[in-house]
Amino acid sequence: MDLAYTPKQRAFRAEVRAWLADNVPRTPLASYDTREGFEQHREWERRLFDARLSMVMWPEALGGRGCDLIEWLIFEEEYYASGAPLRVNQNGQLLLGPTLMEFGTEAQKQRFLPRMAASEDMWAQGWSEPNAGSDMAAITSKAIREGDHYVLNGQKTWSTRAIYADWLFGLFRSDPASSRHHGLSFLLVPLDSPGVTIRPIRALNGKDAFAEIFFDDVRVPVENRVGDEGKGWHVAMATAGFERGLLLRSPGRFQHTARRLVALYQAHRESADRDPTIRDAVCESWMGAEAYALSAYHTVGRLAKGARIGDEASTNKIVWSELDLKMHETAMRILGARGELVAEAPEAEDGASWLEGFLFAQAGPIYAGTNEIQRNIIAERMLGLPKS
Amino acid sequence: MDFTFSDDQLAFREAVSRFLMTEAAPEMLREIWETDVGRSPDLRHRIAEQGLMALSVPESCGGLGMDDVAWSLMTQELGYYAIPDSLADTAYVAAGLIAALPDSVPAREDWLRRITDGSIRIAVGHPVNPLVADAHPADVLLLAHGDEVHAVPRSLADVVANPSIDRSRRLGRVVWEPNTATRVAAGEAGRALWAATLERGVLSVSGQLLGLAQRMLDLSVDYTAQRKQFGKPIGSFQAVKHHLADVATRIEFAKPVLYRAAHAVARGDADAAVRVSHAKLACGEAAWLAGRHGIQVHGAMGYTWEVDLQMFMKRAWALDASWGDRGFHKARVAGFVLGDAAALGPGRTFGE
Repeated sequence: MDLAYTPKQRAFRAEVRAWLADNVPRTPLASYDTREGFEQHREWERRLFDARLSMVMWPEALGGRGCDLIEWLIFEEEYYASGAPLRVNQNGQLLLGPTLMEFGTEAQKQRFLPRMAASEDMWAQGWSEPNAGSDMAAITSKAIREGDHYVLNGQKTWSTRAIYADWLFGLFRSDPASSRHHGLSFLLVPLDSPGVTIRPIRALNGKDAFAEIFFDDVRVPVENRVGDEGKGWHVAMATAGFERGLLLRSPGRFQHTARRLVALYQAHRESADRDPTIRDAVCESWMGAEAYALSAYHTVGRLAKGARIGDEASTNKIVWSELDLKMHETAMRILGARGELVAEAPEAEDGASWLEGFLFAQAGPIYAGTNEIQRNIIAERMLGLPKS
Repeated sequence: MDFTFSDDQLAFREAVSRFLMTEAAPEMLREIWETDVGRSPDLRHRIAEQGLMALSVPESCGGLGMDDVAWSLMTQELGYYAIPDSLADTAYVAAGLIAALPDSVPAREDWLRRITDGSIRIAVGHPVNPLVADAHPADVLLLAHGDEVHAVPRSLADVVANPSIDRSRRLGRVVWEPNTATRVAAGEAGRALWAATLERGVLSVSGQLLGLAQRMLDLSVDYTAQRKQFGKPIGSFQAVKHHLADVATRIEFAKPVLYRAAHAVARGDADAAVRVSHAKLACGEAAWLAGRHGIQVHGAMGYTWEVDLQMFMKRAWALDASWGDRGFHKARVAGFVLGDAAALGPGRTFGE
């Protein structure tokens, strides 16, 4: 155990911190759930890419820096501490990116990864269907092989920011006789293909934050398949644990929120202390965020020594989503009667950022596999309890 | 930056676990519970034979010179097997205090050598604890008089037993008179010794609480995988699964907090007290939840004397408030987090 950063790690932190101090937009960007905000965030991603800071863990040839996981944690800490914009292309970069690195052909990697790092292509997910939510193996959208193409028919839903995106990655049933997790293929679909219809779904925040996507005889070249035909489930699941567990939500984000919450409490101390449980919740938020960070460093250290991430990764998702919810609930309780004010309200505090975070936090225990599904995974795979 | 244990440390833990698995089975714990003194000289002897009493003793006194980080693994094993012995009080908490005494204390080296060979029991009467654990069978009691540290022979103290719901705990009210002959430290030196002893005591019970939580989880998993209702193991039902998944999650996220705290104490970090209190709260909450959910999934069996769960549950309830109750530790965390000088936010986790 050696809890000191190396000179190289310190230098990297200093470089990232300096770059962010010079480059993070002074005024917050518009919400990335709007067309205008989406393009502003894409622009920001290009600046990150030009500084080779968009995907620091990726190899240099793909636009990254070849950083290890500790350096990635350092980058994330500095990124969130600086108040930089949220990462608009994260679903592609963090969920599809590692999948392509593991299962993609060399041609696919060259074609997609650098453009993904630069956010020239923006990616949406295509997992859920109206009747395949938590039960994802119930997917019925079809991809029937016709020569060197698949012909897609069916419907995907809950696809984050899909109306603004360029590409979709998802699972389709390529063997019509198959059932459950067999006979699925992992496909990459240009969203401007003929036969694709995208209909926005208005989210809790009033914005078109996600969408449903209809496929009507959409032709996709076979070369857009990742992994073997019929093995899509395996491809989708192989990297799911680590990405959902750690990459998608690094600790810096929550430590930053915890620090802001402490500041909010201090600014409203007199009124907040009328409810004696608030003070306790503020301190617990700090402890929760620290515990999440410590767990990340412990995990990353074990991975560096050759350990493989196990099913305990499912505990991460529960922890960060419930922590995020708790912190934002506490902020709303501190704000009291002004908590309901939206950004346009003249008397809204801090541009209604706590309210927006509070709304988004409601989704945390639901997306990326509900926390109930995560608890099933923990019980069955980590603890070895029998399947129901 | 490497926040993991070495292979040697992990192998050591594994060896301790294997040893205690055979030497401290639940049946033996029950037998010791029923004895008057509540301690087994035989068990203590075998523990010393394994060298486990010598972990904290400096190498110059025949010990292994291990630090708090190694103890954070060891105490988890002591908790997991619910050792009915104040092993850690003598070998970790008291040994740390005695090792830090100046050489001018004549008995220092003798005490350390006797800790190593298992021939001495030392009870620690830190002011944070109203009663002294294992005062009755102790040979020497380390007691506080203001800032002073006194090493009091058992013969000079009266001990009034105060039985605990955890029959492995033997608590006593110690009545004694300080005198210059028993004083081993005073003033600033005494204050520093008691402060360091507090952090070690808290780390010791934190690790034990985490081990207890893991044991209660394992017992609950075993039970619910076997017990059938509605024609199926009850562990296949989601309501039961989710109870136990929550315990597993709590344990998983308390571990690194304990390790960070142990490292902070070993290195003497400025934020050690906050890290230690965070560890105590995290480990205590994991143990408390493991008990509550553990008894729930055991059903009526969990409320019986017969099922082993009770031994671990009672120990967890008792240790949770020892070495500072939750109010004490929450106040220390709040003093830091809500204080003016706090360095909070990303990138501060390792004190940069």
